[in-house]
Amino acid sequence: MSLQPILELKNVHSGYGSIKALKGISLKVMPGEIVAIIGANGAGKSTTLMTICGIVPIEKGEIYYDGKLINKVSAEKLPTMGLCQVPEGRRIFPRLSVMENLRLGAFHRDDTDQIMKDIQHSYEMFPILGERKAQQGGTLSGGEQQMLAIARALMTKPKVLLLDEPSLGLAPIIIQQIFDIIAKINKEEDVTILLVEQNANLALQAASRGYVVETGEITLEDEAQSLLTNPKIREAYLGE
Amino acid sequence: MRLLPWHKPHLLVRPNNLKLRKLNTMEYFIQQLINGLTLGGMYALIALGYTMVYGVIQLINFAHGEFFAAGGYVGAIALAYFAGIGYMDSHPVICLTASFMIAMAYCAYLAVGVEKIAYKPLRKNSRLAALLSALGMSIFLSNGMMLTQGVYDKVYPGELFQGRFDFGMVTISYLQIMIVSLTACLLVGLNLLVFKTKIGMAMRATAQDKTMSALVAIGSNRIISLTFAIGAGLAAAAGIMYGLYYGSVKYDMGFVPGIKAFAAAVLGGIGNITGAMIGGLIIGMVEIFGAGYISGEYKDVFAFIILISVLYFKPNGIMGENIDDTRV
Amino acid sequence: MIQEFKKVWKQYTIGMVWLLGLLWPMLGIHADGTLTFQKTITIWSYILAGSFVCFMIYIMKSGSSFKFIADPVSRAANGVKSASAALPIWVWITVAVVLALIYPQLAGRYGTDVAITVLFYICLGLGLNVVVGLAGMLDLGYIAFYGVGAYTYAILNVTYGLAFWVCLPLSALTACIAGCIVGYPTLRMRGDYLAIVTLGFGEIIRIILNNWMTLTNGPNGILGIKPIGIFWPMFENGFTFEHIWVKKLQFFYYFALGLAIVTAIGVQRLNFSRVGRAWESIREDETAAELMGVNTFIYKLLAYAMGAVFAGMAGAFFAARMKFVSPESFTFLESAMVLCMVVLGGMGSIPGIILGVVALIALPEIFRELESYRMLVFGATMIIMMLFRPAGLIPAKRMGTRSEEKEG
Repeated sequence: MSLQPILELKNVHSGYGSIKALKGISLKVMPGEIVAIIGANGAGKSTTLMTICGIVPIEKGEIYYDGKLINKVSAEKLPTMGLCQVPEGRRIFPRLSVMENLRLGAFHRDDTDQIMKDIQHSYEMFPILGERKAQQGGTLSGGEQQMLAIARALMTKPKVLLLDEPSLGLAPIIIQQIFDIIAKINKEEDVTILLVEQNANLALQAASRGYVVETGEITLEDEAQSLLTNPKIREAYLGE
Repeated sequence: MRLLPWHKPHLLVRPNNLKLRKLNTMEYFIQQLINGLTLGGMYALIALGYTMVYGVIQLINFAHGEFFAAGGYVGAIALAYFAGIGYMDSHPVICLTASFMIAMAYCAYLAVGVEKIAYKPLRKNSRLAALLSALGMSIFLSNGMMLTQGVYDKVYPGELFQGRFDFGMVTISYLQIMIVSLTACLLVGLNLLVFKTKIGMAMRATAQDKTMSALVAIGSNRIISLTFAIGAGLAAAAGIMYGLYYGSVKYDMGFVPGIKAFAAAVLGGIGNITGAMIGGLIIGMVEIFGAGYISGEYKDVFAFIILISVLYFKPNGIMGENIDDTRV
Repeated sequence: MIQEFKKVWKQYTIGMVWLLGLLWPMLGIHADGTLTFQKTITIWSYILAGSFVCFMIYIMKSGSSFKFIADPVSRAANGVKSASAALPIWVWITVAVVLALIYPQLAGRYGTDVAITVLFYICLGLGLNVVVGLAGMLDLGYIAFYGVGAYTYAILNVTYGLAFWVCLPLSALTACIAGCIVGYPTLRMRGDYLAIVTLGFGEIIRIILNNWMTLTNGPNGILGIKPIGIFWPMFENGFTFEHIWVKKLQFFYYFALGLAIVTAIGVQRLNFSRVGRAWESIREDETAAELMGVNTFIYKLLAYAMGAVFAGMAGAFFAARMKFVSPESFTFLESAMVLCMVVLGGMGSIPGIILGVVALIALPEIFRELESYRMLVFGATMIIMMLFRPAGLIPAKRMGTRSEEKEG
């Protein structure tokens, strides 16, 4: 692997006021990969993603995206550079229609024709969204909202997609669907994916590599398969 | 303790229909309806600024009434200037249009700066801090206007739109027609902007979820500035209308109409644009009818009573969306 | 660091250019069709010079370029602080009270007059502090209770001839009732809605005072209110008490001082009582307070009522002092002014509020010629305090120890 990582964190510290949530996170994501971050509740997984996206201000360390330092880049610039996040809890705009939610994903783009094509493409990928395109986002079910959130993120034409807890609160059958879609996006749309999950089993099966986060620090880093067979991980995160 | 110069209740019901002494005639009712529509339109324009700003940053912008007053002043200044250089007689419509544009632009400019100075740094602080800052800004602006423009009423120049239609006992002045139709145009324009354009979509998205908006490349600072600019522009338009309708403006005239317009915004459901328009009309009507049929002296009280009872019985307003009232 | 510096300067420059654009249409366009620039530029350059000095001081302070001055100053301040801590607090309070007692002998009539105004506002500020500072509810109609108190005394005295000392508790009572009437429907609301509703109630009360001609004589106000009457010991025909009217300003000063001291002690005692703890819990987290068994509704109503009682008493004294009341003394701006004093001094802090009142009442008296800028400065003060020192000049801290802390 002589490739340059598309996303790299070097000893990143951040937090909320006096509370330090991240105490030196370092990780690398190679182009085309699916990388999973697993860990318990409150370990700092979501904060990691929010720090990458510039929502939580970084205190120390460096974040490189595509070889460029993005510490000081403001949050709303990052999606235009191809770095997009599907946040925890999906955060659909509840009083905008499905269509409007998708169009907001393409807010920074000016190519109207291509945007309409992409919206059609989203409807093909998620037929349920096409059926409900005039409905308000807040009236969708959890699974539909998750699909909408992913579709909306894809509208920004991302190179790297950060996914935060895509399985949260969903029925097992829906979760399977979502993970199939994630794999499909990764292969067909050529999007690099950084995945944060509490459901370690699912995440590690989908991912090629994985990181384990505990209280704001990376404690383990390995191929996903070896993590799945690691007895410690099995005990701590896979419920055995 | 000295008495400080402050608000003297304005004469809000213009006695242009004094000949209608008989209260129980249909004509009187229709006349009140027309007057109420004129006043209600102005309240609606002011209320929109409150509701849009509240929708986006959850702040009662106390200084909004001062944008309204500033609009009235700049309109008066512009009209007087046009009259001074002699354009007024030859091109009255162009002058009036230009005055509206200038006042709206001026207030938008004022509001954007006010937001950057007094509200933006406090966005992460408690809401009490931002509220007090807004209150201070309101006092500051109204006294700034007093110092630059004088304590006394500034009279609107010219004899604009003095004509009127008479339908039996009912009179409609050209001015009322102008005010109502311009208000309607502005309201329709705003609706189109907010509900049909991309930037309007971004405004609604920012109001619903600022973090998520940033994640889809919407810069919330720009949207907030835009919201303030639009709200202040509408208030400025209302300010000129008010000046034309009542013949003069005063530095502290923003206070009472400001609160009434806020009552209108609350009545319509704060954060809801259509609601603010309807609320403004209702408050205007209630005030005119209350003054006409119940008591002229207590006309200011009706709006406050509506405000209090709406907040007590139906805090989300008549068209309200659910507000998370735990976010204090 | 350099970049930050550049950014700050850039913002400052943009701000000043913005201000110029704002000032010119107001000052430079004339009705005779001429455009002038001189007046605008003159005023603008004054503001520029003033703000530049403040800005430099601010930058140097944050960049600690003032070490050579700041260090000795802070050392001196610390010295004073430790010296003052060496003496028990009651010594300082005694000194302050003695100074206040001999003040009318030192100051002239005018000085005493200003001092009485200051004392009234201290009462009002402390009363508002109960609502805003202790219970954390923003009240923008506070002056209405002051008005209710003043009018109660005025009406009872002029119409029924009741004496001041009978009316004082009645004033407090009516203000308290008004507080409960206002408080009852508003207390279900939170935060900024509460503020706007109290503002509305304040205006309603003012409009009623202004329009209820038969009771309040409307905008003309009520004239001929009797001053305070006291029984003064006389030794001429043996030892008798004779009823005299307090007309002399100096005597009235002592009454105002007494009222201020009573209010201060009352607020202090309330703060460190069980009720004060309940208010504090409501202020910090209402939901949590309710879950811990604090009856938030009763305590919020109590905060309103207590604030109103202090305002009502001050109002009765105000009516007795001015011998005249009119609705114009009880406008929203007065509420805003009292609030500004509380905010400037520090919400919840008694010495802070006293300092705030002195700063906003006494200082403008010294700069009489700048009178018309007074409200402008009030507004600006409020914004600046919120931006740079939201806790006030003397931030509230737990003065003294509470009973349960003494043990541990």
